[in-house]
Amino acid sequence: MRSLPGLYAQQFRTSLAVMLQYRASLLIWLISHLLEPLVYLSVWSAVSAGRGGSVGGYDAHEFAAYFICLMLVNHVTYTWIMWEYEYRVRHGSLSFALLRPVHPIHADLADNLSSKIITLPLILAAAAVLAVLFRPSFHAPAWAAAAFVPSVLLALALRFLMEWTLALAAFWTTRVSALNRVYFVALLFLSGQMAPLSLLPPPIRLVATVLPFRWTTSFPVELLMGTLTPSDALVGLAAQAGWVLACAVALRLVWRAGVRVFTAVGA
Amino acid sequence: MRYVRLLWTFFRVGAMGEMAYRANFFIQLFESLLELATSIAGLAVIFTYTDRLGGWTPDQVLALVGVFFLVGGAIRFVLQPSLEQLIESVRDGTLDFTLVKPEDAQLVASIQRVEIWKLTDVVLGIGVLAVALARMGEHVGLAQAVQFAAALVAGGVIVYSFWILLATSAFWLVRVENILVVFQSMYEAGRWPVSIYPGWLRFGLTFVVPVGFAVTVPAQALGGHLTWPVVGGAAALAVGLFVVARLVWRLGLRRYQGASS
Repeated sequence: MRSLPGLYAQQFRTSLAVMLQYRASLLIWLISHLLEPLVYLSVWSAVSAGRGGSVGGYDAHEFAAYFICLMLVNHVTYTWIMWEYEYRVRHGSLSFALLRPVHPIHADLADNLSSKIITLPLILAAAAVLAVLFRPSFHAPAWAAAAFVPSVLLALALRFLMEWTLALAAFWTTRVSALNRVYFVALLFLSGQMAPLSLLPPPIRLVATVLPFRWTTSFPVELLMGTLTPSDALVGLAAQAGWVLACAVALRLVWRAGVRVFTAVGA
Repeated sequence: MRYVRLLWTFFRVGAMGEMAYRANFFIQLFESLLELATSIAGLAVIFTYTDRLGGWTPDQVLALVGVFFLVGGAIRFVLQPSLEQLIESVRDGTLDFTLVKPEDAQLVASIQRVEIWKLTDVVLGIGVLAVALARMGEHVGLAQAVQFAAALVAGGVIVYSFWILLATSAFWLVRVENILVVFQSMYEAGRWPVSIYPGWLRFGLTFVVPVGFAVTVPAQALGGHLTWPVVGGAAALAVGLFVVARLVWRLGLRRYQGASS
């Protein structure tokens, strides 16, 4: 197969077949993706109830809006590639990926995108149910909703490139699970998964903004919540684009170094 | 006494296997400490905005975190690896080896594999509990301590019975490798008091996947919120579920054909 579109189409068919076969895993996957935002939504609703209705400008309905949007943005942007590479290196299947005539990143990206497209209806249904149960309130102006589309696509590109590059740590060490966990803890706090970034202490917010974490999931959600000015939004989009570029460059460098290390060991 | 010796034997075997990989201990310690730091950082953020979470004080929630690590560690130390192996052995027929042993198969299957480094979670959980208790000091009397012990044991039995029910589904469905993950994913919700969740989720976390009985109820005892009727109810549920799990196990065993029958 010489065409990339052909590869992506084939990967879509494969992912669909796998997903239909492992239906139970799909249910378990859905539970985990639904539970985390639901847990934090409940926690923050309890906090705001205890304070007479709102915390830092968010009331219960705005928290509901935040976490439902977060769940959707997370679905579009998340990857599991770091765990995938740990598995591949441990089981020796990385060599097969290297033997293919196309760069392995295409297969991974195709797998990622096709899985998300297939499971999108499930997540949308879950979001609809949550919306009925929690009655979120939205204040986003029209331009913010329009800016949301490019920002979420940039967030997807950023997160995929960043996590794919970090996954290549598997070339150098088999013990990547500890590294992965550090990354996911950072992601939990700094990309707005645990709480809206505006509720975190200012130094943490600064770290999140300077590092790429805010630009992975928090920024698109902030756009939809209507808390940003147009100039903030432009700066944000530029930051996202800049980080995407930086990660693409880093990826090339790390990939070349990694392949050299891998082949040198004689695998 | 026999059961304790059996558990000790399996523990020694597991330890002998793992002692060669001392680096695993440090990695596990790092990951456990990271998880603990994450929990505490989350608490710190929440409690800058309030001094009560659904009626729970910071120290009571800290005690809950301690119970969460303690129970989670105990599950990952012996229950999870053993029952994962049980599911595997039902699928490929090696359960025969367990069945011919001169001891009750359910017991052996429940303690056959031990991951000793998961004890770090148990130790950390006990440590966090100790810190929380020290801070709550004068509010925790003998009655609460007894309630806590009773609730912890009842919760343990309920969780064990639930896991046995999940694992024995392998006798009928065979390809259930992922089913234990159901508990693991729902267990994450146990980091917070189950009372803060909306009604339907609270019900699910108490009576469908018994995370509430495992973590929240014992922690409630320490905070003085637990009433004796609830403790009694938990104990009754524990006994009932244990009996049901045992029955389902025996039914499942009868279905099991083995590798060469």
